[in-house]
Formats: sequence, C-alpha cells, structure tokens
Amino acid sequence: MNKSLLRPGFLIPAVIVLVAVAAPLFSENRYLHHLMIMACIWGIAATALNLVMGYAGQVNLAHGAFFGIGAYTSGLLMLKLGIGFWIALPLACLTAALFGLLIGMPSLRTKGAYFAIGTLCFNVIVTVIIDRWEDLTEGQRGLLGIPSPSPIPLPFGLTIHFDNNMITTYYLFLAMLLVTLFITRRIVTSLTGKNFRAVKGNEELAASIGINPFRTKLIAFVTSTFFAGLAGGLYASYIGFLSPDISDFHVTFEVLIQVMFGGLGTMAGPIIGATFLPMISETLHALAAYRMVTYGIMLIVVIIFLPSGIMGGLKLLWAKRTKAKS
Amino acid sequence: MLFQIIGLTKSFGGLTAVNDLSFGIEEGQIVSVIGPNGAGKSTVFNLVTGVHHPSAGRIELMGQSIGGLKPYQVARQGIARTFQSTTVFAQDTVFENLVIGHRLRTGSGLFSALLGSAREHGDCNKSMAKAEELLSFLDLERYRNEAAGNIPQESQKRLSIGIALATEPRLLLLDEPTGGVNLEEDNSLIRIIQKIKASGVTICLIEHKMKMVMDISDHVVVLSYGSKIAEGDPQSVSRNKSVIEAYLGPGYAAKG
Repeated sequence: MNKSLLRPGFLIPAVIVLVAVAAPLFSENRYLHHLMIMACIWGIAATALNLVMGYAGQVNLAHGAFFGIGAYTSGLLMLKLGIGFWIALPLACLTAALFGLLIGMPSLRTKGAYFAIGTLCFNVIVTVIIDRWEDLTEGQRGLLGIPSPSPIPLPFGLTIHFDNNMITTYYLFLAMLLVTLFITRRIVTSLTGKNFRAVKGNEELAASIGINPFRTKLIAFVTSTFFAGLAGGLYASYIGFLSPDISDFHVTFEVLIQVMFGGLGTMAGPIIGATFLPMISETLHALAAYRMVTYGIMLIVVIIFLPSGIMGGLKLLWAKRTKAKS
Repeated sequence: MLFQIIGLTKSFGGLTAVNDLSFGIEEGQIVSVIGPNGAGKSTVFNLVTGVHHPSAGRIELMGQSIGGLKPYQVARQGIARTFQSTTVFAQDTVFENLVIGHRLRTGSGLFSALLGSAREHGDCNKSMAKAEELLSFLDLERYRNEAAGNIPQESQKRLSIGIALATEPRLLLLDEPTGGVNLEEDNSLIRIIQKIKASGVTICLIEHKMKMVMDISDHVVVLSYGSKIAEGDPQSVSRNKSVIEAYLGPGYAAKG
C-alpha cells in the first residue's frame, strides 16, 4: 500500500485543511468569517448524518431534532443553570445521544422507507415539544442571550477569548470539525465500519455471517446523534439565540441535501455540501423571488447528473484518468 | 450426531410448508435435501437459520437446541449458509467480502475502533489472513480487487460460499450451490464442495441437479409437500418408488 505523504488520499485533505486554517488570515470580511463558522457547524452535522445514512444505509430523518436537542440542552444549561460552555457542550452531545438511543430503539425495528417516515415523525414530535413546553424552552419567544464559549486559559497569563471574536470562534469550531472527521474516519475504516457497510449492503447476508443488524444500526445511529448534538451545541453558543425552528425537519432536509450534494458515503462529501450549498444559497439572494426556484433547479440537475454527488463525480473522473494512463 | 431436526413443523396461515420433519446429519458428511419445487426445502433452511421460527419441533446442534435463535445468533453457534439467489456484498471487492465474513471470529467493537487498539489491529490482520487463505482455496485470486457484483455468476457463487466459510462454521448449508450455472461450471463447484468436506466442514445442501446429488452426497433426504417421503444413501433413494412418483406425480394427476 502507498504510505507516501504525497499520495492523493493524504495530500488533498492536507491541502484543504491548510487552506481552511489560513483562510481567515487573508480576509477581514466578517460575513465571510460567518459563512466559514457556519460551514464548520453544518459540516459536523452533515458528517454525522453521513455516518448513519451514507455508511450504515439508514435514512434518518430526525437529524434536525438531535441538532435541536443538542442546541437546547447546552443553551438551557448555560442560560438557566449558569453551567460553563465546556461542561454544557459534552452534556449536549450526551443528551442528544441518549435521545438517539431512546428514539433509535423503536424506530430501528423498522426498515427502509418505514424507518425514514418513523424518524420524520419523531422529528416533528420533538419540535412540537420544544415549541409547547414554554416553561422550559420559552416556546416561540425563544432562548435569548446564550453566552459564547468560555475563554480558554493559557500558560503565562494568556487567555483565548471567544466572545465577539469570530477568528478564534472559527478556529475552535474548525478544531471540533476536524475531531469529528478524525473519529468518523476511525470508525468507518475499522471492523465496526465494515459491519456498517455489510448491513447497508445486505442486511440478510450480514445476519447470516453473525453480524447483529439491529445492534450495528443502533451504534451508527447513536454515534451520529452524538455529533448532531455537538453541532447543535456549537450553534447555540455562536448564534446566541434559539427558537424551535432550529430542530425543525427543514433543518433535517437542509443537512440531508448537503450530504447528498457532496456525496453520500464519502468523507469529503458532507464537508463540500456544508461549505458550498449555504454559500450558493446566500449568493442567490440577488435573484430575490427566483432564489429558491434557481436553488431547486440546481439541486435537481446535480441529483440527475451526479447521483452520487460531487465526490461521486470526482471519483469517476479520477478512475477514468488512471485508466487512460495505464 | 452433529445436527438434528426432530418433528419440525412450520405453517404459514393454512399452508403447512414443513410437516413433522425429522432427520440428522453426522459430522463430516454431505447430506442433500431434495424434492420437487415447493416441497419446503428452502423453508427448512430458513427455519434452521432462524429466519423463520418453527411452529413445532426441535432443532439441535451438538445436542443443544438452537430453535428460536435469531439468524446472527445461529451463525455464532457455527451454522453458516448461502442463499438460493446468489448473495454477496455487491459494492465491495471480493477481498473485502471475505474479510467481513470473518467478522464473527473477531471481537473488536466501537471502542477498539475509536482507540485504534492493538486488538483492532490484531483482528484486522487475522481477518485479512483468513481472506487470503480463502481467495486461494476458492481460486478467486484474479478477482481479488473487483467489485463482487461485477464478477461472473459462477465466481459469485464461489464467493458466496467463501463468505460463509470465512465464519469458520461447523455446519455449512448450501441452498442450490449450482443453481443458474452451466454444466461445465458445475464441476468446479462440485470440486470445491468436496474440498470443503475434506477440510472437515459438515455440509447440508439443497439441490435440483440429480447427477450432482448422486455424485457427492453421503445421505439424501427427500421432501414432498413438506413431508419426508424417503431417506437413505443416493442409490437406494433413486430407486425408491415414492420418490419417483413424487417427481412424476403432476403427470399422473393430469391424466387421472
């Protein structure tokens, strides 16, 4: 196997990470920084959805609910109990994962379209509960004034502050995204990841060789909801305001489209989708009323001509190139 | 007796697909289950492997009841199977198919994966060694890096047997191993089945091709309409009157 540092599998991600790290230093445009921070948040959410959908083959349409549960958990803990960001964030992940377990257990008993519909129902239920449980969540008024991440103390009396500093916030979120990608990669390339692939490929055959399909799907589902919670927790601290819309199924479909646009079942696909789709959508604001029409047509064209997303298309090109060479 | 079915019955609504069936398999044998279409052969396999649960009766592996277990639990008890329609992980390479087949014998879970532990590495190496061994055993080396869905039908059949063998079973159930391949290719599959027997794995197979059944079986069980109508060595079964009637029965029925 090619272990060289110059192999494309290492070089391309390395260059992209370098660009991501260097990018904010070349521009003072706060709007661009905002887009990049959001790309990190959606990147984590999309990577999480890709784990359960792209690798384990389960179309989970409750993803927005887990994003919302993570966001509200960290928001409420910080706002109402005064708990610090660095405690609230892991608790947000764990709470989302706990709900993942509770919702995954019944819904993973169903398969295919039934699973998709079942999880979509759970998404609606979660949003309704957040909306109506006004004593806890403030309902439609929303949660206002969620604090930014607490400062990180450094040696020599230095500290990293995150409030009103988009550059440090960006680096923090980028670090979280990279950790998410690192862990996801560990999982999908491991024997556990092979179980995911087997269950996605053929559940009956997987069971016949001793793989427990339910357990495998539950592991993928709960891990995915953990990272959905992470994305939600980061979102809450960055935006500082939450309303029930943030757990809505529109969020689910936004992330779903990002994953499919970039390429289902690839590491880079969700990142591509989460980075460029919001940018395209923002750029189309110039078209005013025609914005969503244009956006829709663009998505249809991509899905028809690149059914496996941008990464699927690039892989085809790469395969052609190497074939032409040999 | 390695494996035994006692009084096995399965009804789907009003239809009794398998009726009070009993037979046993001695260690190291090749036992064939034959019978006309709809005789209940595949249902027997599905009952043994936990896809369906019996309405009545017992299924025993080495004296232990395995009735009521789920398919993945049956596999862990040491029973592997192939499916009537050739079933492989079509998107994965031939090599990966064999690696995942060995998953049953490796214990690494999510936390081993997250930590990248020594256990995970050891299990990976073990599975790859097993896959290498099976590639040469099944003569599939040249397709090693091909997607399993793209290789010829007969090679897919061999691969599907390989996936089952990778679990290191005591008992291997083959559902029509030569279904859908031509006569010349039959011989290569027959050789492989004999090699598997020689390696010490007990085999039970469902087959339609009489020549093959007669050539390789130690023992034959004949089903018709869910019931056993004969059993014995291949020669005696082939001369059995009720067996001949069962196969030619529809012809008589049309006349009378």
